[in-house]
Amino acid sequence: MTSPLEQKKIKIAGPSVVTANRTWDGAVIYRTAAKDWSTDLSDAAIVRANDEARALLAESVADDLGAIGAYIAPVDVKDDGRIEPGNLRELIRRSGVTIGPPAIGLPVQA
Amino acid sequence: MYAYDEIDRTLVNERVAEFRDQVKRRLSGELTEDEFKMLRLQNGVYLQLHAYMFRVAIPYGTLSSQQLRRLAHVARRYDRGYGHFTTRQNIQFNWIKLAELPDALADLADVGIHAMQTSGNNTRNVTSDQWAGVAPGEIEDPRIWAEILRQYTTLHPEFSFLPRKFKFAITASANDRAAIKIHDIGLRLHKNAEGETGFEVLVGGGLGRTPFLAKTIRPFVHGSDLLSYVEAIMRVYNQYGRRDNIYKARIKILVHELGIEKFAHEVEEEWQQMREGALKLDDDVVEDIRSRFFYPAYEKLPHMPDELRKAAHDPQFEAWRKNSVSPHKVQGYAIATISLKPVGGPPGDATAEQMDALADLADKYSFGEIRVGHEQNLALPHVAKRDLPALWKALDKAGLATPNVNLVSDIIACPGLDYCSLANARSIPIAQELTRRFANLDTANLIGRLHINISGCINACGHHHVGHIGILGVEKNGEEVYQITIGGRADENAALGALIGPAVPYAEVADVVEDIVEAYLALRERPEELFIDTVKRLGVEPFRERVYATR
Repeated sequence: MTSPLEQKKIKIAGPSVVTANRTWDGAVIYRTAAKDWSTDLSDAAIVRANDEARALLAESVADDLGAIGAYIAPVDVKDDGRIEPGNLRELIRRSGVTIGPPAIGLPVQA
Repeated sequence: MYAYDEIDRTLVNERVAEFRDQVKRRLSGELTEDEFKMLRLQNGVYLQLHAYMFRVAIPYGTLSSQQLRRLAHVARRYDRGYGHFTTRQNIQFNWIKLAELPDALADLADVGIHAMQTSGNNTRNVTSDQWAGVAPGEIEDPRIWAEILRQYTTLHPEFSFLPRKFKFAITASANDRAAIKIHDIGLRLHKNAEGETGFEVLVGGGLGRTPFLAKTIRPFVHGSDLLSYVEAIMRVYNQYGRRDNIYKARIKILVHELGIEKFAHEVEEEWQQMREGALKLDDDVVEDIRSRFFYPAYEKLPHMPDELRKAAHDPQFEAWRKNSVSPHKVQGYAIATISLKPVGGPPGDATAEQMDALADLADKYSFGEIRVGHEQNLALPHVAKRDLPALWKALDKAGLATPNVNLVSDIIACPGLDYCSLANARSIPIAQELTRRFANLDTANLIGRLHINISGCINACGHHHVGHIGILGVEKNGEEVYQITIGGRADENAALGALIGPAVPYAEVADVVEDIVEAYLALRERPEELFIDTVKRLGVEPFRERVYATR
């Protein structure tokens, strides 16, 4: 497995965050400026330069215990400061599946 | 049903205890993720977009009602109340917590279910015909051999670290419902000119980014030689298969690069050294496995009971019967396929309530047995024909009587970008939209048999290459676009579909499929000419013209 720290070629095109999944339950989490993890994207530390991104990722995975699969993901910072996912994949990770719960076949009988 | 013995039960329970310890060590930090990853994968635990995903094996697609109820329990207790039946006779739970996985595995082990080797670079769940043992004209029940292969490959030390994953499928019918030509090793039971039963062995099939149909490596192998011959194939693969490039590591690449003749020669040399050794299967061993499969005590029943004759006047029942009920080898009985493709529903998903309901119906009408097919539908394999009307009513009540089996809305789809960390594009919403477009049963019946397969990435879990219409989602400049192929099929006449033209955006996929279907209706020579036959007769061009003329 390629360690995130080996992702030397990381180049970010805009504001980004570090995201991962929580080890014990797999929940989507984001690295915060307080060097902790949060399930809320709005708590995420925003990086805007390649060096910053690499440093945040390195700091995030220093402790292998709490999170797995950490990587840098693009975000969109709105004028009012809201942080939104930067692509569909991250939108789905943040907001959940784009489909409803399993549909039950509609009975044909009254 | 197959009855596990004490060795099986001990093996499964020991595996649960072992994994419980591994999870504990991972959560305490004693194991790093790099150390733990392979261990969790070998127990069917992936990390997906939202959570861990847990894949449970349903060997050769056979489940007891007790086992299905336990799967419902796992869905309810440890997940979000539903599961997803896959294209390889597995079920996946999408929201499982690592900390609770050992308990879920223990609950499953109680009823003889496990997740061993449902992932990782080892031999995966051995799949078979979902109608095995009940299909008319079958040579013999292929599950006996599937079970022998399952026992032989489970935790086999030599084949636990293969260059890449390895999949077997086995059929014993003229109609291949197990898609053997898209497996690493496909086995077809048949009789040779002397009337002996044995296997045609095919090798090197697979989809993904480099699709190949399996080629026949040996037209006939006696049952007693099956394990030694299979082991010879796997030894050659283990020795020469590439480990430096994950995209070139499957046996299909080795077979392609060496050529089937050279590959067969290597296998033959290996085999001759070992065929008379410990892997020679004694009749006693085969008979012992055979004796552990239990078949129902069928009654002597009429071919056309009164209940069925009366119900034939109900057009809704008839609509369901016509596409969901298939002939059984025993007079008076039938196989009922249960569609998991309701209009607007994710293909292959079933709620815990539906699983419980179906388990009850299996007890009442199918001797407690359920089957899982690679088309992501279920089946009750032993239904007395007289019970079909009552079964249909009960299925309908549970939302399990969608009368679309083998029709255009009976779509195979992978989880796609809604769940899967490998996906580039969504699959399920495309399938949902298509089921709405083709919800009208009269239209669907007019179209006739048509298989649509959707994959959300090149790994092809939705088997798009072998869909009559195949849809592959890819990402281009941050947008989901979809490549459309036609002419693929996964049956005994398996073929890979051909691309009809440039990829189309997400919002246009359903329109394109409608255009293709309309073109087919206009082009077919007669109503009985199936879509796949029209494509074979005319090729891609008229469909390409229709789709791209206005785009």
